[in-house]
Amino acid sequence: MQFFIEVLVGGLLSGVMYALVALGFVLIYKASGVFNFAQGAMVFFAALTFVGFQEVLPGWLGLEADSSAVFWLAFLLAFVAMIVLGIATERIVLRPLVNQPHITLFMATIGLTYVVEGIAQMVWGANVRGLDLGIVDEPIAWLMDNYEIGVSKFDLFAAGVAASLVALLAILFQYTKVGRALRAVADDHQAALSIGIPLQTIWRVVWAVAGFVALVAGMIWGARNGVQFALTFTALKALPVLILGGFTSVPGAIIGGLIIGASEKLAEVYVGPFVGGGIEGWFPYMLALAFLLVRPEGLFGEKHIDRV
Amino acid sequence: MLYREAGQFKATYAEDSQIFPIRQDKIGFWLLMLVFGVAVPLLTNEYWLKAILIPVLIFSLAAIGLNILTGYAGQLSLGSAAFMAVGAFAAYNFILRIEGMPFLLALVLAGLTAAAVGILFGLPSLRIKGFYLAVATLAAQFFIVWALVKFPWFSNNSSSGVVTAQDVTILGYTFVSPEAKYVLTFLIVSFMALLAKNMVRSSTGRAWMAVRDMDVAAQVIGFRLMRTKLLAFAVSSFYCGVAGALYAYTYIGTVEPEGFNLDLSFKILFMIIIGGVGSIMGSFLGAAFIVLLPIFLDNVVPAIFGDALGAGFVSNFQLIVFGGLIIFFLIVEPHGLARLWQIAKEKLRLWPFPH
Repeated sequence: MQFFIEVLVGGLLSGVMYALVALGFVLIYKASGVFNFAQGAMVFFAALTFVGFQEVLPGWLGLEADSSAVFWLAFLLAFVAMIVLGIATERIVLRPLVNQPHITLFMATIGLTYVVEGIAQMVWGANVRGLDLGIVDEPIAWLMDNYEIGVSKFDLFAAGVAASLVALLAILFQYTKVGRALRAVADDHQAALSIGIPLQTIWRVVWAVAGFVALVAGMIWGARNGVQFALTFTALKALPVLILGGFTSVPGAIIGGLIIGASEKLAEVYVGPFVGGGIEGWFPYMLALAFLLVRPEGLFGEKHIDRV
Repeated sequence: MLYREAGQFKATYAEDSQIFPIRQDKIGFWLLMLVFGVAVPLLTNEYWLKAILIPVLIFSLAAIGLNILTGYAGQLSLGSAAFMAVGAFAAYNFILRIEGMPFLLALVLAGLTAAAVGILFGLPSLRIKGFYLAVATLAAQFFIVWALVKFPWFSNNSSSGVVTAQDVTILGYTFVSPEAKYVLTFLIVSFMALLAKNMVRSSTGRAWMAVRDMDVAAQVIGFRLMRTKLLAFAVSSFYCGVAGALYAYTYIGTVEPEGFNLDLSFKILFMIIIGGVGSIMGSFLGAAFIVLLPIFLDNVVPAIFGDALGAGFVSNFQLIVFGGLIIFFLIVEPHGLARLWQIAKEKLRLWPFPH
């Protein structure tokens, strides 16, 4: 039982990290109807940029390498880089493709994935780097002593970050002027345009916010597994999360992430040994697939009705 | 005689429904076939055959497969490489386990195996479409590669799943030299391309296009959605499967499941985007473009920038060029190279009196 709980909690917490990536997808999809396949590449780009600045800044400014000034400056610069990337994407890729079929935009973001990956590695090199956030990846002593359940501090920290990020986004969406405009655009592009909401500004804002989410996700994933190219594959795991939760729902992304994370770890531990292990790689997709057959629009997605 | 229909009369239905209605096209086509079928294997060297011509042909076949599914039937798939893997490993096992299995029969059986798997993974398309389906096909991609690695039976218990393709023997003749392998690949690919061309011109193809343009409307006017969609998945996977088997037997010889990864699937998708979505000829143009581009960049980039930048630079530069081209084509010419060819032909039809 203890082992079960340990696996379950570990799975749920890693699910939070998937949810962080999925959040970026949902934001862009909600606001612009673009299924941004490049979100994974953006996570990689953001993490690499952050680590890269962390490496070069001390030399440029003559600061201590592990001072908090370097950390926050690198964070700021990486965020600026994400904003620039978002604006460039809007300007170069999305604007000429307005009113194209969704599938065309989707394929364009696959192209964007390659460009972003190429640029990231060209600028910062392809070496695997460590990323230290100052939180150790070890079990919490209190839980370990009293219940003998190992829950990593780091995972808990990641969950906390994710929760605050979601809260922040919810406030942004619900209570600010930009948020209202975002929701209006998500509802109906034309109606939003006709009452004077600047569509392109909104898109830039959304891409910048998605860039910020990617940066946070990238830092957490990078601290976990090292900043490396494999990050883009981990980010692909966010796709079944989206399918489960529905493309248009922020809570869906979180709950979908939890379900995927937990079930994937449980399946690996309890089913994996019978088929030779390694099923983590495809299990989420199969789960999502099976789920789609029952509920094609996901848990919280909007029901889509086709009319001739 | 000028290049146009006027003056070239058709008196029978057969003449009316031919692929190349204009005589010059017909002559050009047969010339092309002669050049690539006879002159090329006689004149080129081994490098060209092995590194460029054979892969272009094989990827064309895979691209035709994906084009049938995505371009004609409108179901986006990100798992074509997995179906190629099924074909490659099925052919390997059929030849390995059945005594005296003829190569061509093994090829067909490999295609059929891939088609069966394709139908299985096509089933969700009855309920879902668009992005959801694209993600669902990712399930096929990851699951199939995993299964081929994990169950050693598929690779005859070789460690890490690497298999070496047996010799290709048809009617006692063993295809060893690159020229022989090229001609074999050329014949198979041309035959299957012709088949595909006729399929998409027939009622089958029209049903696919109706489903692509709007499946609810197609259903209302009496197309059977399930049959049409699953047929598209089956035929597409058949083509990918045969391409995969050829990939193993006439191209690289030694294959492992990991070779058929997501990157390869994307490459095939890029081929049809650049070549032309919904065009058989586009599949060939796209495959040629995607195969030649890295070779071109490998030779040109160091020549311009010097060797100082290192190999990593070239491969990253390639990524950027690939991605950039995809975006460029989607923005500027969504119908790809095939459309440019068509425009050129339409211009030629009016030349030299455009008014």
